[in-house]
Amino acid sequence: MREIIVSELIQALQELARGFAHYLPRLVVMLIIAFVGWVIAYVLKVLVRSILRLTRFSKLSDNAGATQLLNQAALPSSTELVSRFVFWVAWIGFILLGVSVLGIVGLQEYISKFFLFLPRLFVAVVILFFGLLAANFVSRAALLAAVNANFRSSRLLSVSIRIIVSIFALSMVFEVLGVAEETMLIAFATVFGAVMLGLAIAFGIGGKDLAREFLEKRLATGKKEEKEDELSPL
Amino acid sequence: MAEETLLSDDFLRQLINVGEVDILVGLPTHNNAKTIEPVIRAIQAGILKSFPRERAVIINADGGSQDGTPEAVIAASIDDAQSASKKYTLRTLHSISTRYAGSPQHGTALRTVLAAADLLRAKACVMVSPDSTTIEADWLERLVNPVYSENFDLVSPIYRRQKFEGVLMRNLLYPMTRAIYGFRIREPYASEFAISGRLATDFLNQETWNDDWGKIGAEICLTVAAITGKYRVCQSFLGTKAHPDRSAGDLVAAMRRTVGALFPLLDSNVPVWSAIAGSQPVPTVGAQSEVVAEPIRVNRKHLREMFASGVAQLEPVFRSILKASTLSELKRIAALDVSEFSYPADVWAKTVFEFAASYHRSVINRDHIVQALVPLYRGRTLSFLLENRDASGEDMEKNVESLCGEFERLKPYLLEVWADRK
Repeated sequence: MREIIVSELIQALQELARGFAHYLPRLVVMLIIAFVGWVIAYVLKVLVRSILRLTRFSKLSDNAGATQLLNQAALPSSTELVSRFVFWVAWIGFILLGVSVLGIVGLQEYISKFFLFLPRLFVAVVILFFGLLAANFVSRAALLAAVNANFRSSRLLSVSIRIIVSIFALSMVFEVLGVAEETMLIAFATVFGAVMLGLAIAFGIGGKDLAREFLEKRLATGKKEEKEDELSPL
Repeated sequence: MAEETLLSDDFLRQLINVGEVDILVGLPTHNNAKTIEPVIRAIQAGILKSFPRERAVIINADGGSQDGTPEAVIAASIDDAQSASKKYTLRTLHSISTRYAGSPQHGTALRTVLAAADLLRAKACVMVSPDSTTIEADWLERLVNPVYSENFDLVSPIYRRQKFEGVLMRNLLYPMTRAIYGFRIREPYASEFAISGRLATDFLNQETWNDDWGKIGAEICLTVAAITGKYRVCQSFLGTKAHPDRSAGDLVAAMRRTVGALFPLLDSNVPVWSAIAGSQPVPTVGAQSEVVAEPIRVNRKHLREMFASGVAQLEPVFRSILKASTLSELKRIAALDVSEFSYPADVWAKTVFEFAASYHRSVINRDHIVQALVPLYRGRTLSFLLENRDASGEDMEKNVESLCGEFERLKPYLLEVWADRK
């Protein structure tokens, strides 16, 4: 009886040792891949940071209004954030590559999904950035045009335009990421429709006096505008 | 090479028929049928009176008029002018009208005229505004003679102006160009001027034409090109400058045509202007300046409101353009009532210099920077009106001189903010 137990134990230990011996090289390979991946990811981070600094990416980020958002959220600068993003994506990619060497059944599928997801993630980040840039540019252009035309609610107009463009960009981001596509589509349509309806009602009800005043000024008298228009700048 | 693509075959053929000329008069037009006739008559009379022996040509560069402007130019026969004045030219006075490609633009019209001047080897090229209904025959002589007889390369005009006309010129363009480039040219953005053939050729070959700002603000580029190229520059008093449509028009467009060209020119000329301190007078034929007091209607309260509202609404934009101290000063001014309103010269000069430096660094879109200056200019306009409400011509001249002095005194500040990398 005792001999059987000892023999079974020895067999189990031998199998464990064989299994460990079988996995050890793979584990070492995984660790080497993870380490090399860390080095490559770090080099990539430094490289991306230098390129972004050389191309004055921070200025573009300022223009997009992204810097302001990051400051408010107490996050690092956009250059630092992008370089860190590249570092982590690259390193996680290498770690997963290393894990795949271990040959654990079931993990392979998730790893390949992750690699397939990377291009979409990159496109989503690019869309988000340029969306913010466009929102900032268009809203500032509207603000300047409205102020110079002496429009009373210039800020409101500018903020509305910024929100609409940002929502549009965000909905595109979610669509690219494939996150709750239908929900996002419905949410976007609802929000957009609500904003437009709200604006229409606001302009219709709230702006009737303004419209009357405008029409009276344009059609009835035609004199008030002249009062400040007799100064020729050149 | 530029001329080949710029000038149409038909226009080239007409120019070849004319041959070499001594004087070329350029007339840029776009729907100016209402005012063009007296202008063309004055040009013809000027040639008959002062240059009857010279080979002259009138080139009308039209931007696609729909009101018969080119036809009016061609129809204005020199024979009528000759019969009226009993004076005759020894040579044929040619009048050519051409429609330049693209949208109506001062710069394209000027470029077309300069290309023609280059091709015809004109000794003097004069540009005349089609709106100048107060033009007299003598204007041509006053503009051409310094180039033709005294070897000047650029003759800039001086006008007799209404007291509160040309506010942008007096408060920004003149003081700024004077402080930056060191030459006291009163009309750096001129609608009438004369240039020598060599300056025309040189300017035609410059790269500013490739930029949008170079096309819309070609006149100011020409003045700066003459100064930085060390060409001989002078001024000539012409007479009363007419503004047929006395409205401010599109202030943003005026700002783009002038400041929108003045700011980028600073970028390309840093080595030249950074070494200049003070300013020197420019040789002037006739009066230095003349001011006439005519009543005008200005809604001062409205101007103040537009300034105050601009400062409040554009605060986020100003935060990226202006220094915190300047912005807080603007907020203080915006809170003042009309009766005590004052946008002091030093604050105005600092504002303009900070805008120029921000434009250089492209802190935001460059066109947005130019547009953001408009509400502040309105504030300065109000201050200028209040300062000079009861001022005589001499007093006004002193005030403008004092403003120019502030711009010159604060030029080191421009260099400081220009170099600021923050």
